Amino acid sequence: MRTLAEYLPEHPFFAGLDPASMDVVLGCAQNVHFAAGEMLFQTGSPADTFYVIRQGRVALEAHDPRSGTMVVATLSEGEVAGWSWLVPPYRWMFDARAVSPVSAVALDGDCLRGKCDQDPALGYALMQRVAHVMYERLQDARIRLLDLYGEAP
Amino acid sequence: MVPRLFGVVRTYPDTLDTVTLALEPLDGPPLAFRAGQFTMLHAFGVGEVPISISGDPTRPDPLLHTVRDVGAVTHALVTAAPGTAVGVRGPFGSGWEVADGTGGDVVVVAGGIGLAPLRPAILEVVSRRSDYGRVVLLYGARSPADILFADDMATWAQRHGIVVEVTVDYGPPGWSGRVGLVTTLVARAGFDPLHSLALVCGPEVMMRYAATALSARGVPDTRIRLSMERNMRCGIGLCGHCQLRELFLCVDGPVLSYDRLAPLLDVREL
Repeated sequence: MRTLAEYLPEHPFFAGLDPASMDVVLGCAQNVHFAAGEMLFQTGSPADTFYVIRQGRVALEAHDPRSGTMVVATLSEGEVAGWSWLVPPYRWMFDARAVSPVSAVALDGDCLRGKCDQDPALGYALMQRVAHVMYERLQDARIRLLDLYGEAP
Repeated sequence: MVPRLFGVVRTYPDTLDTVTLALEPLDGPPLAFRAGQFTMLHAFGVGEVPISISGDPTRPDPLLHTVRDVGAVTHALVTAAPGTAVGVRGPFGSGWEVADGTGGDVVVVAGGIGLAPLRPAILEVVSRRSDYGRVVLLYGARSPADILFADDMATWAQRHGIVVEVTVDYGPPGWSGRVGLVTTLVARAGFDPLHSLALVCGPEVMMRYAATALSARGVPDTRIRLSMERNMRCGIGLCGHCQLRELFLCVDGPVLSYDRLAPLLDVREL
């Protein structure tokens, strides 16, 4: 497996980030692994980390006592799990569970928020990237709300 | 305009509301067709509907149509017992012309029952598998219970090296597959955009997003083909029910390239 310094700059989420900013990000990053079934984070707990998935699949879940555990979305290699680290009150809104063995890069949200406060250019660059992820997820959710396949073809 | 007589020889339940009808001609030879074409299926005493052919173009007997129970005519068709006579007009319209992808990759993006009109195209690819490079099928369904042709997809993946990615809009408890929009799979799918032929079928909104994603990946618009649904009636370009500005989809379509369709898809009045 490639080192973080090799992998992260090539990841679509960090593409185009200048080398100095990338060094700052790398200072807040570490490799992590999850067994199938293990939780990356749980609803209501502090959102102090976000994950860049290197391998495996993660399910974002919501639990309802009546319906059970429902999967809201799944995320795979190359995608990013979690943006609650950037938005108060910094609490997870969903559970994230490893569906298969997962290798990821964990980025320390506290660390990154602090760096962003000190360096607005880095903060803007990261915010742009998070906004893009949020935009795509919002599009996905809106289109799914249309229930296109439920209507007559 | 006069339908040929076919008999229902067998029905295969695909999902709770979708059935594949196997038909045999009662009045002559099998009906030759090209992948992507449709027929007008007539339930006598009820009415007529356009349905894409879902069988293998190289084996047109029996003739397969996958029908979703959404109205009076389709209900009569999906509940037709073996031996029931139905009328068939056609085949009509343009096909996928999969052979245009020879030597390159093929990307198939399907949503819901949109996989049915694409099944003949995939079977055509499978029958000449060595003529193509990577073949990717991206399929989105409403829920795991609505997934069509699951056995076929397993066979295509295991025996023919087709990369099959399935995702659903709603992931119930116990589902361990993907959940999310099928169009999001386009960005990460493994194919060479500049040397790919892309075939897309599903609800029009889904096709619009899929075509946009394929175009953003670098697939030329002339190499992205969509199968359009409109209110086909006569099937021969006379009645005008399926008109899309200058196009009559029953004869100019249903399969059209994205470069022709893109200017029309966003016009609500069409």
